[in-house]
Amino acid sequence: MNKLSLIIRREYLAKVRNKSFVIMTFLSPILMVGMIVLIAYLTEVNDSQKRIIAVLNESNYFSTDFNSTERTSYIQFKDLSLQAAKDSTSSLGIFGLLHIPDELTLEDVAKNSFFYSKEPPSTMVLRSIEDIFEERLRQGKLIDIGVSTEEFATINDQFEINTATFTGELNLKGINEMKAFIGGGFGYLIMMFIIIYGGFVMRSVIEEKTSRIIEVIISSVKPFQLMLGKIIGTSLAGITQFSIWIVSASLLLLAVFLIFGVDLTGLSGQAAMGPNPMNTISPIPGPADTMQLYALELIQIPWFMLISFFLVYFILGYLIYSSIYAAIGAAVDNETDTQQFIFPIILPLMLAIYVGFFSVFSNPHGPIAVAFSLFPLTSPIVMLMRLPGGIGEGGVPLWQLLVSILSLIITFIAIVWLAAKIYRVGILMYGKKPTYKELYKWLKY
Amino acid sequence: MNNILVASNVTKKFGDQIALNDVSLAIPRNSIYGLLGPNGAGKTTLLRIINQITYPDSGEIIFDGELLQPHHIALIGYLPEERGLYKSMKVGEQALYLAQLKGLTKTDAKQKLKYWFDKLEISDWWNRKIQELSKGMAQKIQFIVTVLHEPKLLIFDEPFSGFDPINANIIKDEIIKLRDKGTSIIFSTHRMESVEELCEYIALLHNAEKILDGKLEDIKKQYKNNLFRVGLELENGENFLKLISEKFDVSSSQYDGHRKQLDFTVQLPSDDTRALLALLSSKASVNSFVETIPSANDIFIQTVQQKNEHE
Repeated sequence: MNKLSLIIRREYLAKVRNKSFVIMTFLSPILMVGMIVLIAYLTEVNDSQKRIIAVLNESNYFSTDFNSTERTSYIQFKDLSLQAAKDSTSSLGIFGLLHIPDELTLEDVAKNSFFYSKEPPSTMVLRSIEDIFEERLRQGKLIDIGVSTEEFATINDQFEINTATFTGELNLKGINEMKAFIGGGFGYLIMMFIIIYGGFVMRSVIEEKTSRIIEVIISSVKPFQLMLGKIIGTSLAGITQFSIWIVSASLLLLAVFLIFGVDLTGLSGQAAMGPNPMNTISPIPGPADTMQLYALELIQIPWFMLISFFLVYFILGYLIYSSIYAAIGAAVDNETDTQQFIFPIILPLMLAIYVGFFSVFSNPHGPIAVAFSLFPLTSPIVMLMRLPGGIGEGGVPLWQLLVSILSLIITFIAIVWLAAKIYRVGILMYGKKPTYKELYKWLKY
Repeated sequence: MNNILVASNVTKKFGDQIALNDVSLAIPRNSIYGLLGPNGAGKTTLLRIINQITYPDSGEIIFDGELLQPHHIALIGYLPEERGLYKSMKVGEQALYLAQLKGLTKTDAKQKLKYWFDKLEISDWWNRKIQELSKGMAQKIQFIVTVLHEPKLLIFDEPFSGFDPINANIIKDEIIKLRDKGTSIIFSTHRMESVEELCEYIALLHNAEKILDGKLEDIKKQYKNNLFRVGLELENGENFLKLISEKFDVSSSQYDGHRKQLDFTVQLPSDDTRALLALLSSKASVNSFVETIPSANDIFIQTVQQKNEHE
């Protein structure tokens, strides 16, 4: 046990004292905050620019339809020829010209309308114009079948369905996505941690091989102890780095906002992405009591349970993946040979994130979400996305959670055992790039 | 209990490849034991088994009267052939770390390191990083780390590779001093010439098998073939050579008429030299008469060749 703590201590110090590690630790928050500020600034600049579109309307329709909005202003041209209108549009530096010709019927008018511009317009620009046409066409047809304009106005209701659970609690729209987003944040954290610090473990094993110190050390300690010490030491260094990042980035962000006087609440949606899902998810800022309901739901998320399970999945998931990384490091002689082995590890991680964001968001307890949250290589990420809904009724069934953790533990033992075997043989093999077949043989040495 | 280590019928396979085939050895206490063999003979595998880095498929190792166990690691010092140090770590820190892994306490390790650093005159390296040192300097540190915890059994795998002749001599002297203090030493190499002056016992490994072992002196006696190199001073050397060739098996002869010097090698049927010497001294003045004892290298080549012929 004493030897293990010696190894952990050395690995930790070796990592923490490493120059590039120190630089990354202090530079990353600055880069991160710089990026956020830049994005916020660019978004603001982008939003403040209004697009101007000229409208040359020769028909009897659409006289009141092109009203300026937040993003676009419409200028009406009158009594100009098409050519003159085009010329003045381009000479005035206006984005584009919409020409609505004079025809007999509304359909013909619509059919023969053209949008002229210097550059091909984006679908977003066209969409807003098309919407106006569609609306008018629909209205025209309804008038044809005898619906009056007033009646038409009453048809056009927005509708939101009320939802409740069987026990009668009111549900909130978007709350599932919001919860999955919080869980997704945890899952994403696990993935990043595995990729960054798993890579560190691998490089550190390769370094011991190339510097040929490995045999000196394993004549004193068991290879398994060395591997475990390395993984723990590196992850402690990782936790140190992550903590510094989180603390310093939030302090820096706060400082930037205070100094530049940027409206914190307005920007936090773009700024943080994860921590404040309210702005990105809930589409319409509802009345005050709805906001309170959301806040209540957020508070009611079982944070203690969530964080406890985060730790369980984080530790097991990280140990599984980093021991695979260690085995890869042991199997090769230099980093360039690692590619063929790394891809199969990254794959389940990516899959977990994508499945998580696409499937769990829309249906947290659907078959795909359930399958991936039980499969041990993806469960640390996918299960965490499902968990904010709670355990039991309305959330993750208890049996699924138990099966998920149990299979994770079994996989953990199996993988660490296999990885340790490959590691034990690999660290003493020099000079050749092994194939999968050879790795399989090593298991039997 | 005269042996520090006894290996009995040790077999180790890697897949289909046999690395050690039924090898038995006994390493006597307080001596230097040479483990010899060409590259790939199985030396390193055997050393790794003794260090419990790998485990034998069958057979057993007795260390100091007990079946080899994990706690024996603290009693063994191993300098592997593939050796190195952490490049970006400081010398002193690294030596302390490795010493503590061998079970020394920090204060104990510091004290012993100071002794050895002073002895080998490298105290001012303590705060330098390994990457600033030359290969020979790093080797010295590795040597210190190997012997620091005063193990009962020291194992050196090609200890002199990477050393210049001066430092190789310093290390050789230290190895002999350690032996004199009571340490048992296994010395593995494929360079036979370094064996003669150091080793009291040897074992030859070839193609995963032990083909010869014992006291070097005895082996040499066993392998000497009553071959003598003779140097005479006389007139008419050619005639005398003819005369002697009729009675004895003479080879590689040479007569220098100007200096009246006759040299030749003679093979005797037994180690009884009296008849030959009587004849020689009656006709000429004998300048030299030396029995040619085979070198470890000769013995090795001869044994391997015999082995190959049998197969």
